Amino acid sequence: MSADRQSANLRGLLGAEPVVATAGVGLFADALRDQALTVIEAEWQPPMEGTEGDLARVLADPRRAQANALAAQRMTASTATLVDVVQAKDAVGLERGTFLHAGPPLEWERASGPMRGALIGAVLFEGLAETAEDAEEQLAAGVFELEPCHHRDAVGPMAGVISPSMWLYELRDEVHDNMSWCSLNEGLGKVLRYGAYNDEVITRLHWMTDVLGPLLQQSVRSTGPFDITGILAQMLQMGDEGHNRNRAGSLMLLREMLPGLITAEGSSTDIAEAVRFSGANEHFFLNLGMPACKLATMAAHGIPGSTIVTTMARNGTDFGIRVSGTGEQWFTGPANTPEGLFLGDYGPKDANPDIGDSAITETGGIGGFAMAAAPAIVKFVGGDVPFALQATQRMYEITETEHPMFQVPILEFRGTPTGIDVTKVVRTGILPQINTGMAGAVAGTGQVGAGLVTPPEACFPAALAALAAAVDD
Amino acid sequence: MAAHPTTVELRKGAYHDSVTLMQVSRQVAGTEGILAAQVAMATELNVEVLTGMGFDVPAEAAPNDLVIALRGESEDALEAGRGAVESALAGLRSGGRAAAGLGEAPPPRTLGSAARAAEANLALISVPGQHAVTETFDAIQSGLSVMLFSDNVPVEDEIRLKDAAAQADVLVMGPDCGTALVRGAALGFCNVVAPGSVGLVAASGTGAQQVMCLLDAAGVGVSHCLGVGGRDLKAQVAGRSTKQALAALADDPETTSVLVVSKPPDDAVLADVEDVARGLGLDVHWAILGAGRPDLTAAVESFLAARGRTVPKWPARAAEDEPPISLNGTESASGQGTALRGLFCGGTLADEAMLVAGDVLDAPIRSNLAHDENLHVSGQQRVDGHVIIDFGDDEMTQGRAHPMIDPSLRLERIAAEAADPDCGVLLLDLVLGHGAHPDPAADLAGAIRAARDAAHTDGRSLPVVVSLTGTENDPQGYARVADVLADAGASVFLSNAAAVRHAVAQLPGGTR
Repeated sequence: MSADRQSANLRGLLGAEPVVATAGVGLFADALRDQALTVIEAEWQPPMEGTEGDLARVLADPRRAQANALAAQRMTASTATLVDVVQAKDAVGLERGTFLHAGPPLEWERASGPMRGALIGAVLFEGLAETAEDAEEQLAAGVFELEPCHHRDAVGPMAGVISPSMWLYELRDEVHDNMSWCSLNEGLGKVLRYGAYNDEVITRLHWMTDVLGPLLQQSVRSTGPFDITGILAQMLQMGDEGHNRNRAGSLMLLREMLPGLITAEGSSTDIAEAVRFSGANEHFFLNLGMPACKLATMAAHGIPGSTIVTTMARNGTDFGIRVSGTGEQWFTGPANTPEGLFLGDYGPKDANPDIGDSAITETGGIGGFAMAAAPAIVKFVGGDVPFALQATQRMYEITETEHPMFQVPILEFRGTPTGIDVTKVVRTGILPQINTGMAGAVAGTGQVGAGLVTPPEACFPAALAALAAAVDD
Repeated sequence: MAAHPTTVELRKGAYHDSVTLMQVSRQVAGTEGILAAQVAMATELNVEVLTGMGFDVPAEAAPNDLVIALRGESEDALEAGRGAVESALAGLRSGGRAAAGLGEAPPPRTLGSAARAAEANLALISVPGQHAVTETFDAIQSGLSVMLFSDNVPVEDEIRLKDAAAQADVLVMGPDCGTALVRGAALGFCNVVAPGSVGLVAASGTGAQQVMCLLDAAGVGVSHCLGVGGRDLKAQVAGRSTKQALAALADDPETTSVLVVSKPPDDAVLADVEDVARGLGLDVHWAILGAGRPDLTAAVESFLAARGRTVPKWPARAAEDEPPISLNGTESASGQGTALRGLFCGGTLADEAMLVAGDVLDAPIRSNLAHDENLHVSGQQRVDGHVIIDFGDDEMTQGRAHPMIDPSLRLERIAAEAADPDCGVLLLDLVLGHGAHPDPAADLAGAIRAARDAAHTDGRSLPVVVSLTGTENDPQGYARVADVLADAGASVFLSNAAAVRHAVAQLPGGTR
């Protein structure tokens, strides 16, 4: 249609067929359609209240585009390998009397039921108190140090309480030379991570410390290291989303570990019990998927100007996020209570507000963000299959990139939405979709259900304000 | 009025654009028994309008709140009105886009996301001004040139956007850019003109529309019309977009000459831009609207002459002289007011009217466009003497659609002016083309007829002059609209300057 020579200026705009993206008055888009032009309309809504100044400032930051591209590249290039199983005192130098917990920093006074229950259980397990009452008194008196797992590059599901004697998986990102750790999974039902601390719970923790941990260590040391990223990529194509559905991943992990387990030094009874315990636990893999995602987000952290979220974590009271461009600062808001399906006679009033470091999976582009890969999960967390498909697709609106390895078959193997961008969350009001377990609100109850939850809105404008303050004039 | 039941409801976080809400309001107002209906975002201007309509808007109303105000003949009618609001709003939600099937992607929510989904090369942004900078940065960073229709964008942000755009090799047309034509695509308010070799660079929307329509009437086609925003040639912005636009047009094989349409530029910026044009070897002409300079029609005439084209006789239809007014059988001595009242939708057309009328009128003109503090009035304010109001000015469009889309404020004002014995002539503009009201003639002709009848009943004559910017190929059709307006008793001119001169000449003892 045009002459031989085409204008190269303005990226060839004057010589190319116009394709128009619009935001705002629908009538202008209609007028373009009337001219038979190709038009795509953004369904624009005002951003979160009072954020327009900070948004304009952060969007204008010349560092942002490259910083986010780098963060996304690092997040998706990260690899996770299970290299060892080590006790927390050796792995992260955890001192006797210090306890790690999930989520942002927390004081005992503000701790919720399940968090208190898990801390009481851990104090009992470490032999620092004789009775639950004694443990509680000491915790209330501030005898012990409490610290977020994230501050030691570790993650813990639900209450996420880690004490020095507990065994941790040790994962390494060879590309970025980072290490991350996570506790061993206790299975479902009455377990410490859901705030239960009766004898059955403490006895199991001792068995895990005395029997399971050493056997797993032998397995990894003799036949490892094991490629965890590879399992993550495969399990998404087998109907798992890596947060609340880990069935395929758990079986694949067991398959990797079995040869080393059955040839480990130990009684055949102990080995049989370790294999049975691991095989019976459909969340066996969660405690490896989480630190793998932690390694991915660690790689993306600390890039000046980047607006990518590198931590989402809850302590049962607060929900906290950290952002690549704002360093170690937490931006918190009151944790929401999940909505979903309940076990047995439990109901909504029994549920504790959102808890656990497991939202690191969504931060790394799986979990709720990969829900379309795991339609069966709606039977566990609620919603329906179209919801699962929509949830993943909605997350593309708030993420920087698509994961090259984590793919969703039903979406034509599109990569999962990865790298939550604070500015996009604030602009669209779309909050990250998290699939989660629900702990009972009363200490000692354990799990009451599973469901869907989002962060409180307040985290994101607060993070945006800090990003805006960090932009040079 | 107090006897009729009313309801005012505030809804948080229920945003819709002003054009959509105007349509909802109309739909609801048509409900039986509903006397008045306004569904609008609670901006300062809209709250003022609602208060003027006798509605009591809660003080906590904020610009992001949706306000639903109804007055009905009875409580039952009000209830029916509420139902109509619900179904109109629900209709918006189910308008094809909301219902996504299994596996269907939800609609994009940001400009960048939309651009990626369609591999767009051009963005049209018309979100409220305070949010426009964010969407525009997103578009620039996605590699799109932008037509930024939104107004109320601070000049510091404009500079940041244009610097980022230059770095990304894309163009920011705006802010407050109403008109652009890119390779045949009419963006915003734009007329349907023949393709040709004249490239327009426009720092003014309706100015560009006037120029492209005059060119079209002269048989001269346009290659592209690149908007740059009204402040681009001022000292602060320093011609950032103009220079980019000139470079692109210089490199465009379709374009052989360029006409820049602008308000008076900063002298240094003008010199700089002229240097740039020379360096590009570009044949650049200027249509600059300012005191002591030729009006747009004269500028187009010189441009045509310079290119060896004949200047045509511009379309004009003068109404017949008014018959003498007789009241109760006796001729009135004071049968016509003495003031010019110009009510415009096009900002540049209003500016030009100020300049052309100012040259020939003795008394000063008050206006919401006046720079002189003593002559500046709010667009909402009624004052004595000569008045020219731009209904498209920033203060008049906060949370409201542009008057080219939603003529209601101006229609009300026409009726108010007609009732004023001081008003000697009504000067109006009407701009056709894409983006503008699909059938503006009916409403305006009705208002003109009503205004003239009201004046006549009052014993006065009231000439009405319309500056009609448009082309025969516009969706509304120039001749059809001109016929309807002429039938209502108006004089109709394609040349805005000619319309202004004719209007002034209608004043009793008017300067000729």
